[in-house]
Amino acid sequence: MTAALYLLVYACALVLLTGCLIRAVAYARMPLHLRWELYPVPHEEPERARHGGSYFESPNWWAQPFRFNLLGELRAMIPEMLFLKGLWEFNRPLWFRSFPFHFGLYLLIATVALVGATALAAILAPERLSDQLLLVLHYVYTATGLAGAGLAIAGAAALLIRRLRDATLRIYTAPGDLFNLACFIVSLAVLGAAFLLRAPGDPATLELARGLLAFDTSLRPSPLQTLGLALAALLAAYIPWTHMSHFIAKYFTYHSIRWDDLPSAKAREIESKIAQYLTYRPTWSAPHVMADGTRTWADIAMANPAQQEVKK
Amino acid sequence: MRRKIELNDMAREERTPLIHLENRDLMPLPPPLDSPEKDHNWTPLSAQVQERYECRLDDTCAVNIPRPQSKEEEQELVRKFLSGLDKLFSVHNNWTFLQPLILTMEHCARCQTCSEACHVFEASGRNELYRPTFRSELLRRLYFKYVKRGGWLSAWQHGDIQLNWPLIARLIELAYRCNLCRRCAQTCPIGADNGLVAHELRKLFSQEMGIAPKELHDSGSMLQLKVGSSTGMNPTVVKDNIEFIDEDMSEKTGLEIHTPWDVEGADVLLIHNAGEILAWPENPGAFAVIFTVAGVSWTMSSELAAYDSINYGLWYDDAQFARVAVKHAEAARKLGVKKIVLGECGHAHKALSVVADRVLTGDLNIPRESALTFLWEIIRSGRLKLDPSRNDFPVTLHDPCNVVRLMGVVEPQREILRRIAPKFREMEPHGVDNYCCGGGSGFAIMSGNNFPDWRFHVSGRKKLQQILNAFQDSMDPSIPKYLCAPCSNCKGQFRDMLAYYDLWEKHRILYGGLVELIVNAMTDVKPGFIEWEWR
Repeated sequence: MTAALYLLVYACALVLLTGCLIRAVAYARMPLHLRWELYPVPHEEPERARHGGSYFESPNWWAQPFRFNLLGELRAMIPEMLFLKGLWEFNRPLWFRSFPFHFGLYLLIATVALVGATALAAILAPERLSDQLLLVLHYVYTATGLAGAGLAIAGAAALLIRRLRDATLRIYTAPGDLFNLACFIVSLAVLGAAFLLRAPGDPATLELARGLLAFDTSLRPSPLQTLGLALAALLAAYIPWTHMSHFIAKYFTYHSIRWDDLPSAKAREIESKIAQYLTYRPTWSAPHVMADGTRTWADIAMANPAQQEVKK
Repeated sequence: MRRKIELNDMAREERTPLIHLENRDLMPLPPPLDSPEKDHNWTPLSAQVQERYECRLDDTCAVNIPRPQSKEEEQELVRKFLSGLDKLFSVHNNWTFLQPLILTMEHCARCQTCSEACHVFEASGRNELYRPTFRSELLRRLYFKYVKRGGWLSAWQHGDIQLNWPLIARLIELAYRCNLCRRCAQTCPIGADNGLVAHELRKLFSQEMGIAPKELHDSGSMLQLKVGSSTGMNPTVVKDNIEFIDEDMSEKTGLEIHTPWDVEGADVLLIHNAGEILAWPENPGAFAVIFTVAGVSWTMSSELAAYDSINYGLWYDDAQFARVAVKHAEAARKLGVKKIVLGECGHAHKALSVVADRVLTGDLNIPRESALTFLWEIIRSGRLKLDPSRNDFPVTLHDPCNVVRLMGVVEPQREILRRIAPKFREMEPHGVDNYCCGGGSGFAIMSGNNFPDWRFHVSGRKKLQQILNAFQDSMDPSIPKYLCAPCSNCKGQFRDMLAYYDLWEKHRILYGGLVELIVNAMTDVKPGFIEWEWR
């Protein structure tokens, strides 16, 4: 049973990583699109970023070096990633539901990382872990874990209630949306209950993590621990195949679209990509496009359907 | 209480429109337009139009899609739509916007944060049909069902949708109930873009089904590619008109004004929206005055399409967009100018400076600059003598979406106004948070049927509210007021909307460009350049 649980967790972790990788690679390999940025763009020069301005405000902008203000971008990114700043600004009622949910998940991820690292250290260099240090770590991950689960459950419940009660949201809600939120509530509640209701003979969190990493099948997790871990693992494996993988998408929607203001005059690699795309042969059917399957995008851009009509 | 529209209502077979708006349903306006009872009634669609065209969405009809005559014809249209849908998500057909479109399809959390940012939704009294996610959700469900070939599991995960001709017919109209201002996208926590969805739907209908409003296609981009301008002016006519404007400007300003044409090696190729030349000749005239006094080395081009900066393809068709952008760049290359300066036209700014940046490669990649930036540089350099007291009247500034939120040119126009207009006041919100004039994405030139009623009552309403609020302290008709709109398309909307509500006649709110205000403040010019006459 323990071995089956370990195998399930490993398999789910693999599916999670593979799924995220497949999605990220698929988005990254899509062709460079036409520019479609939205201002403010935070990596602009600070005096311009303040009012949402761009380098187009500078006379002869192409004759000046293209500056990328990393600090400005970080100042926009970090509050957005950690605190959902945009939602705070534009949809405060939703922020009070969504922020606890997301921040709870961040705390849980931090807990998994901390417990995992401690367990790894316990396997590889047990002499480095004093009892005092272990006690401190225990308090830290217990606090982050419980706070994370509590916040995420509360946030997910609040989001679920909103979806069920709001007549407008119901129009746009698929059964899968409700299922997704319910999955978080159930799996985290079971996991939390397993932690809080652990019987004296059941393995502790760190022991479980160590057992998982060392594939120690001598451990005997309780049925509640087994169920909690299995549900959490399955949920993690499910996420990359749903719109909940927006943590991947958001990188692209921000960096590759909303903030992508790189002019082609400053990046020759853009021109070579465009040159390749212009050789594609579209098949759009409307006559004015003149895409008969043999013409490339370059041919089409140079063709003139109106003058073609004149010649006829 | 009326039942809320739901997604599957779009597939209803009956020909009656899904919704009907009354003036009392709409977002309230400030005085003097605060009484819905006194507002104009909407002109109803004629029985003939309703019979001949697909007008099943709301109170108006923008596209005039001929009604199919048989079930077979309907099925053929559905087949074409599905074929276009596949192409919309294929690399070779739609590399231009594939990544942003797929990200929007696959990751919207349907949280509705965007809705609060949409002026159409708000002004309509929050009508569900105009919620920015409504049309996106339809496309999203079609994408998962027909492009991703999702079965019941996909329908469970993403929601199901019934596809038939009535849904497509309504979706075509619905694609033209969004100004593409992308204010919604600015607020999306994930970065989904409902404005892009409207754009891509328009593209599918145009590039696959050959369906687009005639004002944008037949009398827009096609006419521009045929004779040189969507105004119908060929090079001879445009030169004649500019000559006439030069004469008028010389007389009016006391300076000798001569617009140069086709000057090889000039520093600047100036491209106006040619609509200015016919509708607001004082605008190109003011440019000529400023450039003459500032000693700019400049020219206009009489090449096909190069004396008209419009590029309607930006709103509905990538092929048409690319063709016009290439024509503009080719004219500049032929003359060997150092840069193209775009006159006061918002969509031309974004089309040529931003979007076409990844179309114009090699020697077609001629530097492009906003006239607002160029004008600020001229003023800052001290080449014009200015007396702000000549502009001693309330002035507010409309920010064209394409210039601010979509291009980031925010401060130059404000710097100029601070220098020349002592009674300048901002609308709220402004800059990159501005609201669309309501004429964006081609609506300002779309006047078929009763579409202007929709433009004034719904899409322009939020801007109207902003204008009235900006001038609340000076509504007395004895005080002339100036709405500065450095965009031809926006001016078209203001001309029609202010006239519709009698705001010039009763409250002396005039609209105009930025260059007119600059020339009005120039001490080298006879006073009174702005004539305070309605155009």
